Amino acid sequence: MKYAFFPGCVSRGACPELMQSLTAVADHIGMELELMETASCTGAGVISERNRKLADALNARNFALAEQTGLPLMNICSTCQGVMSGVNERLKAQPAYLAEINEMLADEGLSYSGKAEPRNFMWVLVEDFGLDNLRSMVKRPLGELNVAPFYGCYISRPTDVLGYQDFPERGRYLEMIIEACGATPVDYSGKKCCGFPIITMNRTNSLTMAGNHVGEAQEKGADFMVTPCPLCHLNLDAQQPDAARVVSTPLNLPILHLSQLIGMALGIDDKDLGLNRHVVSTNPVRERVHALPMA
Amino acid sequence: MQFKLNVRRYDPEAENPAPYWRAYEVDVPENASVLDCLIHVREYVDGTLAVRCSCRSAICGSCMMRVNGQARLACITKAKDMQELDEVITVEPGGNMPVLKDLIVDMDVFWNKIRQVKPWLEPVQPVPEREYLVPNETILDLTVAMNCIMCGACVSDCTSLEVDKNFIGPAALAKAYRFVDDPRDEDRQERLEELSGDGGVYDCTHCFFCVEVCPKGVAPMERIVDIRERAQGAGVTNNAGARHAVAFEDIIRDSGILDEPMLLLRSIGMNPAEQVKNLPGGIRLLRAGKLPLASGPFHHKIPGHGNVKRLFEKVETSQ
Repeated sequence: MKYAFFPGCVSRGACPELMQSLTAVADHIGMELELMETASCTGAGVISERNRKLADALNARNFALAEQTGLPLMNICSTCQGVMSGVNERLKAQPAYLAEINEMLADEGLSYSGKAEPRNFMWVLVEDFGLDNLRSMVKRPLGELNVAPFYGCYISRPTDVLGYQDFPERGRYLEMIIEACGATPVDYSGKKCCGFPIITMNRTNSLTMAGNHVGEAQEKGADFMVTPCPLCHLNLDAQQPDAARVVSTPLNLPILHLSQLIGMALGIDDKDLGLNRHVVSTNPVRERVHALPMA
Repeated sequence: MQFKLNVRRYDPEAENPAPYWRAYEVDVPENASVLDCLIHVREYVDGTLAVRCSCRSAICGSCMMRVNGQARLACITKAKDMQELDEVITVEPGGNMPVLKDLIVDMDVFWNKIRQVKPWLEPVQPVPEREYLVPNETILDLTVAMNCIMCGACVSDCTSLEVDKNFIGPAALAKAYRFVDDPRDEDRQERLEELSGDGGVYDCTHCFFCVEVCPKGVAPMERIVDIRERAQGAGVTNNAGARHAVAFEDIIRDSGILDEPMLLLRSIGMNPAEQVKNLPGGIRLLRAGKLPLASGPFHHKIPGHGNVKRLFEKVETSQ
């Protein structure tokens, strides 16, 4: 189980605990990662509003770099996944356009065949590694803990671009992983928007969205929230104190990355999961988890 | 075939008007649509159920409602498909618009927003003696936006409208794009400036709900991105949204990877009020060990970032 690993920007920027925990979990479950160091940002749906062709070319270059390794491409960010899937569909549907972009990549010795299938860690974990394998490796079932799944928009919609026809359960993977870790998923609106994309443009709207979702999860009994998207994490965790003020609701809900949830269930040490690098303290979760018996 | 429905009801003329749920079971042909089921309820089970519909062929857009939590045209939504997702089919009125009765919403909210974007051509002068000649390739791009049947599905499920009624919304912005890119329209620049202002294209949060639920492939969010691109191309850049996009592009061109502190600073611009609002968040990130300190000239670049820069140049030259 080896992958061309596309880390994205935020796991090497404002969410270093994502990279840390993902690496720890991958090591633990025997997943080999070949870091795509020379890959660029996907454009995050922002560069496409400056110039769509530019965003397409950047992603084609990343796909070509992955193809050079001969390994399947794995990312760790919902937004990267959505952008990659969207661009890939455009490139596959227009061979002449792909050929034009390939000409621009030729100087670097790159060419994209149009056959890459970029997949998020969450998808890889369920589809390649398997939930049975995960269950068998769980050392500390997270019983009694209620976990609110928060997907992120880019990995939820549009479903036809994200391969939901072939994998109809992709919209339930977070719940399935939470259950495999022994915890209970909370039923709430976890597929809506965290508000991050407009945080610098309309701060009130952005924080209202974040505050509403955290508030709803909290009200429905969540002990913490889990997300496969580091951008959602920034709005839900780092902005949570401001979001609480905007929605006039006391909020104090720890937000974990998917790899941190899995890491806790696998019994990986807290310090290797970066659980101290959060704005909303994860201490209450850690205390509850440490009180649970090892299987 | 038997179908179980759970329908959200509301009667404004009841003694104490409040929404409530009512369960129904219907026996209809296997290929029945959700609308067929509701009409069956109205005809044979409960004549008080209010449903709006007309063409029953996905042309008029009147029967937009939420089925199993998502805006759909009830006439082209097969009850069997919905029952496969959930044993009981949940039917509610569309969202983001006031409910008049049961499954009927007040579309005034929708139409007011459409009117807000001046959905008519302001003809380029001088008006030709006969018709304007428009090359096919120019108008082809607009046909996607023209497919809109005004059903309101995108408005119903828009997450920005959910928190801010001031947002122009996906349907009206898709309609606006249709005029922005029409070569016969003279008000392009004025439209782009208005659409980049309060409640405009930069309040869209890229949630893709409108793309997912649109029954006609209009993909309003993509049209919103089109407007942003046209506006920035036309020099409408004195706003946080455009500053964010320009800064993002510059940073990736230079280093291949995002410089988050710099992106934030450049997006906010010289706006002291916004700077003050963002300061506590920055301090929190710093204290949690999350704020990358290697910013600006110290920002780390990806190995071989020159290749990314050259790719930018090649794409731009090709255009």
